Amino acid sequence: MANHTLTLAIMDAPYEAAASTTAFRIIESALRKGVNVNVFAYEGAVSLTMKDQAPHANPVKGTSVEEEEHPTTKDLVAALIALGQASPKLTWVNCGLCVDERGAGHWIDGVKRGGPADFFKMASESGNTLVIPTR
Amino acid sequence: MKILNIVENAYRATLEEQDDTVLWLSRALKGAGADLSVVLRGNAVNYAVPQACPELKLGTAAIKHPARPHEDLAKLRAKGANVYVVQEDLEDSGIGTERCVADAIPISRARLVDLLMEHDQVWHW
Amino acid sequence: MAGEHYVFIESRDPFDSADTGFVSDTAAALRQRGAPVTVFFVQNGVLTTRAAARGSQIPRLTAAGVTVLADDFSLRERGIDAREMARGVRATPIDALVDLITEPGTKAIWH
Repeated sequence: MANHTLTLAIMDAPYEAAASTTAFRIIESALRKGVNVNVFAYEGAVSLTMKDQAPHANPVKGTSVEEEEHPTTKDLVAALIALGQASPKLTWVNCGLCVDERGAGHWIDGVKRGGPADFFKMASESGNTLVIPTR
Repeated sequence: MKILNIVENAYRATLEEQDDTVLWLSRALKGAGADLSVVLRGNAVNYAVPQACPELKLGTAAIKHPARPHEDLAKLRAKGANVYVVQEDLEDSGIGTERCVADAIPISRARLVDLLMEHDQVWHW
Repeated sequence: MAGEHYVFIESRDPFDSADTGFVSDTAAALRQRGAPVTVFFVQNGVLTTRAAARGSQIPRLTAAGVTVLADDFSLRERGIDAREMARGVRATPIDALVDLITEPGTKAIWH
């Protein structure tokens, strides 16, 4: 029988590494399977939820914003939060000190501020924890 | 829950952060009550060597308190964490154990496998 | 500890990391000690699933009795066809990884 809660720690800033999207895919799959998910966003990952992210046209490709249809990472996280509103639940915690030094405090709804103690608590209360490091 | 933090990737943003952020997180987790051990492998074995990064001045700004990872190992030990360094990775790096701080206990790669089995969670950073 | 399953998620390939031997060394050692082990290749890690890829750890893993899986999305993203893949590698969706790491007694290690 599957554990009912999975905790992930992620670190990569938006648009810098393949691991961010893989993490999103793992989260989506777990939620779809009814598993609660905790995310501790550490270091650059706190910028995934920045509300001021804006899509852009692509002059190299000659496409407009509309034609690009390019979701920003905050859109992807918002979609995951919508999937995990109730049961299963997605809890997204941004590391507060990481937020402060990056100026990433203006974030989308559904995100909380926290710290290592929150990560430890979430991990302690989960069936398993997966750390996805940065390089 | 026994946690094994494996640190592999050294000097990543340690100047900007004035810390190695995984050693920092390890100390914070210990402070939060975690039963935690740390293993240095790969190029992170260099953290076991005493080192003194110079200050960095950029115009009027300065990084005055760069990370001192070997001291962080001592602080982890002081909090009760076991700190290990992989012997073969030291050898591959040309570092004799006599160069290393006593806070990092040399272990073989085979012993690292034991540690994976002895801990409930293995977090490879 | 008895009954534990080790799941390594290998995201690296030999061109971007000299450390790809770590997973196969550790996985083989755990298998020698009787532990069930799975390696799930993802992202650029799947580049080594081609049978003709040099430096691939897959033959060593399969010989050691490790279950070898590859993320089908990563494979498709990189145009890796089933016919060119090494023997013993099974393409699976990410759901299979989630099933593995949410099973009690599993240790999940990202590399």
